[in-house]
Amino acid sequence: MAERVNREEKLPALKLTLVQYGILLMMLVLLAGLWRLQVLGADSWKVLAEQNRIRKVPILAPRGKLFDREGRLLVDNYPSVSCFLVRDPSHPVDTDLPLIARGLDLDLDQLRATLRRYRGAAAFQPIPIKQDITPDEQAFIAAHRNELPELETIDEERRLYPRDGFASHAIGYVGEVSEDMLNDPRYAYYEPGDVVGRAGIEQSYDEILRGQDGSMDVIVDSHGREVGRAGIQPATPGHDLKLTLDIDIQRAAEEALGTANGAIIAMDPRTGQILALVSHPNFDPNAFAVRIGRAEWDALISDPNHPLMNKAIQDQLAPGSTFKVIMSVAGLQQGIAQNLKVNCAGGGNFYGHFFHCDHHHGLLSIHEAIPESCDTYFYQLASMLGIDTIAKYAHELGIGVKTGIDLPNEMAGVMPSTEWKMKTYHEKWYAGEVISVGIGQGAVAVTPIQLLRALSGVASDGHMVRPHLVDADQVPADFERALLDTYPGSGTTDVPLNPDTWMTITDGMAGTTQPGLYHTAEGAHLVGIDFAGKTGTAQVVGGGDTHNRGGAKTPNAWFVGMAPRRNPEIAVVVLQEHGDWGSGSAKLAAQVITAYVNKQRRLSNNLAASPVQPPAHTAANGQQSANRVAPPAATVQMAAIWSQPALRAAGPTQHARKTTDPAATAPERLGVGGYEIALNHPDDPKRLGTQAHSSTGSSRRQPAPTAGRGAR
Amino acid sequence: MQKALGYRDFDWPLLGMVLALCVLSVFEIYSATMHTKYIGFHVKQTYWIGGGLVLMFLLARVDYHRLLDFAYWAYGVCLVSLVAVRLVGTRVMGARRWIRLGPIHFQPSEWVKLVLIVLMAHYFANLGCRRLTWPDIFKAIALVGLPMLLVVSQPDLGTALTYFPILVAGLFLGGIHWRQALLLVTVSVVVVAGAWSSGKAIKPYQKARLTSFLNPDADPRGTGYHLRQSLIAVGSGGIWGQGAEKGTQTQGDFLPIPHADFIFAAFSEEHGFVGAFLVLLLYFAILMRLIQNAQTAADIPGSLLVMGVVAVLTFQIMVNIGMVIGFMPVTGIPLPLMSYGGSSVLFTFLALGVVMNVRMRRFVN
Repeated sequence: MAERVNREEKLPALKLTLVQYGILLMMLVLLAGLWRLQVLGADSWKVLAEQNRIRKVPILAPRGKLFDREGRLLVDNYPSVSCFLVRDPSHPVDTDLPLIARGLDLDLDQLRATLRRYRGAAAFQPIPIKQDITPDEQAFIAAHRNELPELETIDEERRLYPRDGFASHAIGYVGEVSEDMLNDPRYAYYEPGDVVGRAGIEQSYDEILRGQDGSMDVIVDSHGREVGRAGIQPATPGHDLKLTLDIDIQRAAEEALGTANGAIIAMDPRTGQILALVSHPNFDPNAFAVRIGRAEWDALISDPNHPLMNKAIQDQLAPGSTFKVIMSVAGLQQGIAQNLKVNCAGGGNFYGHFFHCDHHHGLLSIHEAIPESCDTYFYQLASMLGIDTIAKYAHELGIGVKTGIDLPNEMAGVMPSTEWKMKTYHEKWYAGEVISVGIGQGAVAVTPIQLLRALSGVASDGHMVRPHLVDADQVPADFERALLDTYPGSGTTDVPLNPDTWMTITDGMAGTTQPGLYHTAEGAHLVGIDFAGKTGTAQVVGGGDTHNRGGAKTPNAWFVGMAPRRNPEIAVVVLQEHGDWGSGSAKLAAQVITAYVNKQRRLSNNLAASPVQPPAHTAANGQQSANRVAPPAATVQMAAIWSQPALRAAGPTQHARKTTDPAATAPERLGVGGYEIALNHPDDPKRLGTQAHSSTGSSRRQPAPTAGRGAR
Repeated sequence: MQKALGYRDFDWPLLGMVLALCVLSVFEIYSATMHTKYIGFHVKQTYWIGGGLVLMFLLARVDYHRLLDFAYWAYGVCLVSLVAVRLVGTRVMGARRWIRLGPIHFQPSEWVKLVLIVLMAHYFANLGCRRLTWPDIFKAIALVGLPMLLVVSQPDLGTALTYFPILVAGLFLGGIHWRQALLLVTVSVVVVAGAWSSGKAIKPYQKARLTSFLNPDADPRGTGYHLRQSLIAVGSGGIWGQGAEKGTQTQGDFLPIPHADFIFAAFSEEHGFVGAFLVLLLYFAILMRLIQNAQTAADIPGSLLVMGVVAVLTFQIMVNIGMVIGFMPVTGIPLPLMSYGGSSVLFTFLALGVVMNVRMRRFVN
C-alpha cells in the first residue's frame, strides 16, 4: 500500500482540500439563503402564498329598497348575473378576446379598452366586462370553462326602477363609480367597478342604501380554477328607505305635467315632506342600472331639453309675478302696502320710462293687486321699497339661497341687491332697475323648490321648512347631521310676520283662483277646496311678447298653489318652461291638489262608508252650481280643504277640466282663462331692456274670443 | 482480475446516501404531480432509478482505464450526435434538444457531460500534472468549447453551462498556474461582457431570464413569475414545512414544473427548513465522500475522473438550489438525484458508476 503513495501519481492533496472548503462555503451560502427565506421571512411569504391561492370573490350587497310614504315599493332589486374577467399571469387573454367578444356580444375594441383601463389595477382584481348577461351568454361562459378559464360570473342584485321615468329625478340612478369619485375621500369606501348612487336619493342617501359587500374566499390553482372554499363573509344588505313621496300624488303630478318641459313639486309645508317631485323630460333610470350605452348617454347629454337636469331644484329662472308675494311681504311688513293705492292705467311711468301692465286695472289696493296681479301696483311698491329692502325680505324667505333639500346639486338662484351687483358686476345699482324686480323679472332667478318653500312659508305664517324626501327619523342621527352639512341651505326657520301681512297675502292668493274680474287663475278654481296661489308668466331673455307655446322665446309659466289658504297642508309649484301663461300652470297645480284632496277624502273614515266616490276628474255635472260658490270663511281650518258636506255628493269639481269637457259649453268660458281680458300692446322699444319689461302673472291671452274687451 | 473485484470495495455508504435522496425525490415527485397531468411520474422515476442502478453497476465493472482509452472516440460520437440533434431533433418548446430512438427520447447533451469528464481526465492525466502551457490550456478549452457551442445553439444554455465546471476542474487540478488563471478569468469576463452588450450572442429572453433573479418583482408576471412563485414556495415552508402533499404553491400549480427543475422548492415548501437542511446535508456528505474517493484513487486519471463528477454535481446543485432561492438566474438545470427526468437520472448514476469504478480499483495497479 505504501509504495503506491507516490507523489507523482496523486493529485495535490491541498487542491482537493481547497475544493472541499469551497463546497462547504457554497453550502453555507445556500443554507443562509434558506434560513433567510424559511426562518426569517416565513411569515411574509406565507401571506403571499395565501394571496396566491385564495381569491376573494365579492358577494355584492343588495342596495336598500325605496318605499313611498305609505310603504309601497318604489325601487326594487332583481337578481342578475355579471361577467368578470380574472387576469392570470400564466394565461394571457389577448388571444381569447375575439372569442369573448363574440360570445358575449361585445365590441372588441371596447373590450380591449376596458382591459386597458384596468391595467394599473391589482392583478387579482376581477375586471367587470359585461353586466346583466343573458342566459345564452351564461351558457356560453359555462360551455367555454376550459378554453376561457378567465371568465367568471358573479350574482348580484340590480336596481329595478319604476317604468317611464316615474319620479326619476327624485330617485336618481346608480352607476359605476367614476374615476373622479374614487379620487374623492368621501368615496374612499369604493373600489373601481363598484356601483354607487349617481343622482337623486340614490346619491344623497348612498351610504344608507349601499350596505356592506361580503366576500367569499375561494381557493384556486394558478389557472384561477376553483379547487375549494375557505370561508365566507356574508354581505350586509343596505337599509331600506321610506321616502316622503306619495305614489298617488306623484302620479297625479307626472300626469299633470305631461309632455311639457318643467317641474312640479308637491310639499307638505308643515313638515317640508315632499309628496311629489317631477321634472320633465325625465329619463329611464333602468338604463343606468346596467351600464348605459355610449349612444344612449350621448343622447341624454345632448338633448336640448336636458332630461338629466332636475328642473325642480336646478332650473334657475325669473319667478315672474309669483315674486309679487314676496313684494307684498316686504311692503306690508314695512307698513307701506297697507295704505298704498295705485291707479293702474295699463302701466305707469317710473324713472322716465313707461312700464306696461296687462290691463287697465284702475284704482286698486294690495287686496286686489295680488289676485289681479297688477304690475303697476308692484312697480310702485318696488320703487317705494328700494332694492335692498326687497332683497332683505327675499333673503329671509330663502330667495337666492339653497333650500337644503336632500338632493344633490341644488342651485341657489339669484336675489339681486346693490351689494350683489357690486360684487358680481362691479357696478352701481341703478334705482330704475328695481322696477322690473318688483314683478319678478330683471336679475331675480329662483328654483321651483325655492319658490315653493318661500310662498308656502308665507302662507304658514312665516314658518319656513327644509324640504326633504326622507324624514330625519329614517336615518341615524350622525348621518342626518352629515347630510345637512353636505346639502346646506336655509333649512327650517321662522320669519316673523305681522298677522295683518299673513292674512292679507293669503286672502289675496285665495282670490287668485276665485272667479273675479282679472283674477289670474280663476280658471283653476276648485269647488269645495280652499285653493290659493299665485301665477307667474316670466318673460325670457329676448323673449319680448312672443306667445307661441313651447317656443324658445315664450315666457315661462309658473304657479304656486296651496290648500287651504292659511297653514296649508299641501303646496304645489308648477313650472312649465315656455309654457306661456301662469294660468295654465295653475290648472296643473289644481289637478295635483285635487288628487291630494280626493285621497284624503278616501282615507277619512266617514267617506270610506259612503258608496262609490266619483273619480276626481270626471265630475262635470253640478259644476254649474258649484262654480261661483266661494268657499266659506271657515276654510281656514285645515280639515276644511275638503268640500262641504253638501257638495261632497257632487264630487270634486275642477274648472281646469271643463275646457275639455264637451258638457261645459258656456260661451264665456271658451278657451282657457276666458275671463281674462287680453290687451294687445305692441312691443315697446323704449323698455328698460327686454327682461325689464313687465309680464304679469295674469294670463295675457291673445284675442280671446268674445270675452275680450267687452268684459272690461 | 475481474473476479478479484468484489463489491466489497463498492462504496456502499455513498450508494446509501444517494438512494436516500432518490427516495425523497420519488416521494416529492409523487406529491408534486398528484393533481397534475404528470401524475404517475414518481413511478417512472423509480424505473429510471432502477435503470440507473443497473447501468451504474455495469459501468463499474468496466475498468476506467479502458474508458479513458475510448475517450476520443466517444467524443467524436458526441459531436456527431449533437450535430444530428440540430438536424433531426424533436423540437420541444422552441429548442431542439431531443433525439427520438423508437420509444425513447433522449438528450445527447446529457451524455456529452459524461464523455467530457472522461476526456478531460484523459487529457490532463496525459499531461502529467506538470505546469500547463498556453497551448495545453487552449486545446482543453477548444475540446470543451466545441460541444458547448453546439449545445448553446440548440438552444440550451443551462446544459451547456454544466460543461464549464468540467473544464475548470480539469484546469485547476491539471496544474494551471494562478497567473494563467487570472489572465483567463479577465479575458473571459471581457468576452462575456462584450457578448452581453452586443445583444447578438444571447437572445433577449435568455438575457431576461438571467437577470430577472436580481429583481423578480420588477416583472412579477413575466420572466420573474417563476422565480417569485419559487421564493413564495420556499419561504412559506417555514421551519417545519406545510407537510407532505400540503404545499399550496406546489399543489395549486403555482410553482412551475415542481417535479423537475423546481423540485427543491416543492420539497422545501412541504418539508420546511428542516427538510431542506437535511437534503443539503446529504448533498454535502455525498460530495465529501466523492472527494475522499478522489483522494484514495489509485492514480491521477482516477482522481481526475472523480473530481470531474464532483465538479458537475457541485455545479448543478449550487445553480439549481441557488435558482430556487433566488441567488441564481433561472436556468434549466435539474437538481441531480432529485429532479424528475430520465436523462438526468441516468447521467447521474453513470457518473456515480465511474466513481465506483475508480474506487473499486483503488488497490489495483
